Amino acid sequence: MIQAILVFNNHGKPRLVRFYQRFPEEIQQQIVRETFHLVLKRDDNICNFLEGGSLIGGSDYKLIYRHYATLYFVFCVDSSESELGILDLIQVFVETLDKCFENVCELDLIFHMDKCNCWVIDEASRRKKREAQRHQQVHYILQEVVMGGMVLETNMNEIVAQIEAQNRLEKSEGGLSAAPARAVSAVKNINLPEIPRNINIGDLNIKVPNLSQFV
Amino acid sequence: MFGSCCRCCRRPRSCWFHSRFRAVPGVLSQAVGVEKRGQRSWARRGREPQGLLRLLEGRPRGLGPGGSAHSGVACCGVAPPLRASLNLLGPVDFLITCKSQDGSVDCVSRLGLGFDETCLYITLASWGLWVKNIAFLDCGSKFLISFFFSFLQLECLKLIASQKFTDKRIGYLGAMLLLDERQDVHLLMTNCIKNDLNHSTQFVQGLALCTLGCMGSSEMCRDLAGEVEKLLKTSNSYLRKKAALCAVHVIRKVPELMEMFLPATKNLLNEKNHGVLHTSVVLLTEMCERSPDMLAHFRKNEKLVPQLVRILKNLIMSGYSPEHDVSGISDPFLQVRILRLLRILGRNDDDSSEAMNDILAQVATNTETSKNVGNAILYETVLTIMDIKSESGLRVLAINILGRFLLNNDKNIRYVALTSLLKTVQTDHNAVQRHRSTIVDCLKDLDVSIKRRAMELSFALVNGNNIRGMMKELLYFLDSCEPEFKADCASGIFLAAEKYAPSKRWHIDTIMRVLTTAGSYVRDDAVPNLIQLITNSVEMHAYTVQRLYKAILGDYSQQPLVQVAAWCIGEYGDLLVSGQCEEEEPIQVTEDEVLDILESVLISNMSTSVTRGYALTAIMKLSTRFTCTVNRIKKVVSIYGSSIDVELQQRAVEYNALFKKYDHMRSALLERMPVMEKVTTNGPTEIVQTNGETEPAPLETKPPPAGPQPTSQANDLLDLLGGNDITPVIPTAPTSKPSSAGGELLDLLGDINLTGAPAAAPAPASVPQISQPPFLLDGLSSQPLFNDIAAGIPSITAYSKNGLKIEFTFERSNTNPSVTVITIQASNSTELDMTDFVFQAAVPKTFQLQLLSPSSSIVPAFNTGTITQVIKVLNPQKQQLRMRIKLTYNHKGSAMQDLAEVNNFPPQSWQ
Repeated sequence: MIQAILVFNNHGKPRLVRFYQRFPEEIQQQIVRETFHLVLKRDDNICNFLEGGSLIGGSDYKLIYRHYATLYFVFCVDSSESELGILDLIQVFVETLDKCFENVCELDLIFHMDKCNCWVIDEASRRKKREAQRHQQVHYILQEVVMGGMVLETNMNEIVAQIEAQNRLEKSEGGLSAAPARAVSAVKNINLPEIPRNINIGDLNIKVPNLSQFV
Repeated sequence: MFGSCCRCCRRPRSCWFHSRFRAVPGVLSQAVGVEKRGQRSWARRGREPQGLLRLLEGRPRGLGPGGSAHSGVACCGVAPPLRASLNLLGPVDFLITCKSQDGSVDCVSRLGLGFDETCLYITLASWGLWVKNIAFLDCGSKFLISFFFSFLQLECLKLIASQKFTDKRIGYLGAMLLLDERQDVHLLMTNCIKNDLNHSTQFVQGLALCTLGCMGSSEMCRDLAGEVEKLLKTSNSYLRKKAALCAVHVIRKVPELMEMFLPATKNLLNEKNHGVLHTSVVLLTEMCERSPDMLAHFRKNEKLVPQLVRILKNLIMSGYSPEHDVSGISDPFLQVRILRLLRILGRNDDDSSEAMNDILAQVATNTETSKNVGNAILYETVLTIMDIKSESGLRVLAINILGRFLLNNDKNIRYVALTSLLKTVQTDHNAVQRHRSTIVDCLKDLDVSIKRRAMELSFALVNGNNIRGMMKELLYFLDSCEPEFKADCASGIFLAAEKYAPSKRWHIDTIMRVLTTAGSYVRDDAVPNLIQLITNSVEMHAYTVQRLYKAILGDYSQQPLVQVAAWCIGEYGDLLVSGQCEEEEPIQVTEDEVLDILESVLISNMSTSVTRGYALTAIMKLSTRFTCTVNRIKKVVSIYGSSIDVELQQRAVEYNALFKKYDHMRSALLERMPVMEKVTTNGPTEIVQTNGETEPAPLETKPPPAGPQPTSQANDLLDLLGGNDITPVIPTAPTSKPSSAGGELLDLLGDINLTGAPAAAPAPASVPQISQPPFLLDGLSSQPLFNDIAAGIPSITAYSKNGLKIEFTFERSNTNPSVTVITIQASNSTELDMTDFVFQAAVPKTFQLQLLSPSSSIVPAFNTGTITQVIKVLNPQKQQLRMRIKLTYNHKGSAMQDLAEVNNFPPQSWQ
């Protein structure tokens, strides 16, 4: 069974994290960090299997990874999966992403959600929406490849066809349910004479919005 | 500007969002539970934020009195304060700025309820991930996280309940990422999933299946298994493959539902679609692994093996099909899965193995191996061949494939080859042995994964013939490897050395080498083990102590080594100074130099407390071994009488007392240590093994039961008894399984029934009724210890009281006539067993007495059995025997104790 699928970039920023076994959030963070440090130490010309991640599983579990330009794809599996088979599966997954997003080299950008500030509803915000949608797309694709920790489909054309069919269906529905407009008008009428513009408490920095932007 | 501490989230000063609500007296202090004294606010400063107040009171200007600013979040399951704040928070937008680990601002995003829900929904699921991905918890705001997740989870549920596919898609994705079975909220989904499983759109059904297969709890699985089973029979392959995996999840959660899916599995393998085939094989594998009944059913009734063989054959023979081709091989994933299932089916089953032999050979020879996929299949084939009961030719083929893998350029292939060789090394030892040199080469690989595997495999390959060569490599490896390997490698070397050491000297050298190179990584028991090994090899003492002396000269960093060295110098210091080493060029050391070393160990700040203890004791021991440095030793010992280390101080004070008060006993107390027995020896059985010459090779390396043992007190008697060639190592405590051990020994002698023999009739001229291994073993040797003169000695009843009867039978040794061997037999005529039975005996000073261990500590009731115990009495002056005996036992729940004197020994027993 596949225990977890982690994708992070060369700097250890997680791009896709999918656990098929429940771990508390903190442990998930630690696993990603630990895995990154384990994988980072390794040259590209040594083998793609790694034991000894202390947080997931134990001796029965292996990390199987592939490194593509800027991204690491790490699968954590137990002994019921074939090691070499998983390597091929990673290849299939990446090639599918490549097909869906034209160029896999941009994957890092696709995942790059936190680059822009979404506060201002303008071009940047729209871009953010688009990126969020793409991020979901990656998840949907993964959902068609691996389900509940088990390999579902390995035929690339089939996966792409299903994803496209679902996207068409989504399009025909015309997007999500409309937002209640009254809430917007409610906010428009807020008059906030003095709210601190910046609150710094410990390591948490809160920016209070300038609501006039919405009006 | 804010209060001192937020009660809800325990932030040191004030958490950002509570500080905002403190502004409003009344409403918030009730709802959120903010402390009253924190109500310094905008109001106090005289400028109340009108709009915000209105919003917080639920009456935003635009909505009119009483209206809610947003459509209302479903708040069930959220703690009341949280719900309140959720409601109140609603219309207010704000920014959360989270810092990532490196301190840069990682993301700025909006948590806006009711403001722009469209935007929110789109980002909803991704937010869940995104919040997890950043180091959010480092901010310390757990409260915010739980609040945020609760909100998101409920939003997901709402989305799932929507009619639109778009909503459902995000909702289910969010639910999978954010919910799990520990939160009761997930049960709210059950009904939605049930409806969606019967939806008219296949994609909605697919989503529901996927969610159920990912996060379904056992309750959910029970409720929905029927729907899954129905979908497993549909003609739609998209749903069928998902249903199969969903069924696997259901079986994992609720194994008893397995039966339910059995009928549906019948037609799964006739499917053309590879996706369905693949997942069906996964389902069948899961069923076979979970239940032996299913396994038998699939083998016998369903004829699964021929079906799988047919599919596999089609895959190999079909030629190029663009749909399933992966670098020139037709659907390798399916092939791998099928091979795995075949492995499970063929394990321990001759018929199934027979049926798949041919196809395995075909796969093994026909698969093209220039690419990774080909190797993946080949690797699975090899594993399957190894696991099932395959023909010997096929096994050789498999091992050779692995051998080829070892030479492959691809590191991954080498890695899997080592892994699988490690699995097969137990069964096909010789075949793997042929690849030894390649495996040893892998120790020098740069890759830690390969190194580790190679190390494990190397240890598995060590045997009596190659030990010297292999150890050289492994010691070299130990020298150069990463710290994380050292502990494992060191203990591996210890084990292998103990098992296969060609000579004592080699063994000691090896362990010393390990201690010098990786001393700080060895396990704690390495030191006592080495000490025991050294004491047992008497002829090596001088050599060892000299080597150790040289090893620690000027280097005290390796604590275990220093400890062993200190012990040995203390014990064999006289040999070191006299310079009588035969194995090596002797070195000239004076007594003072030796003491210098030990003293510098004592004062060195690298030494641990334990090491100092070893050194001090060593110095003390030298006081009897050295002649002209006693005063110096006295001085050292008295100095440490005031050490701040309590352990050391106590030792020093005791030793000081030894010098002053008990000087007459000092030399006896500090005598050379007797040979130590290994703690783990398992009593007589091991003696049987070593003496029975079943394993001649390891005889030397085990703690030898034979051999001269000069100072053991118990042996003095035996020395008199039979000279040096007697084997006196006897566990003197009651053995754990005395009767069975005795039985085994007797089996060696020929089937003489011993344990059940009634106590009454002493059998003259028969083999003495004793259970002690040494005598029986002596009996094995050519020289019998006892002769027929025993025949004429009548037995006596030494004790009979309270139902306990003890009889003495006598034999005389014919090698040493002054030794009488008395066998006691205790029997119990009461209706209850006597437990914890201990027999003790004392004789006048002119005699010497040795009491061997009893056959048991329980005297069974109703005379159904006896305890036998052997006493040896040395009576050099042939005086009349007298004996005082003491009996302790538990009977009927109370402890009994009795003393008695035995005076009625027959004259033949001592004259």
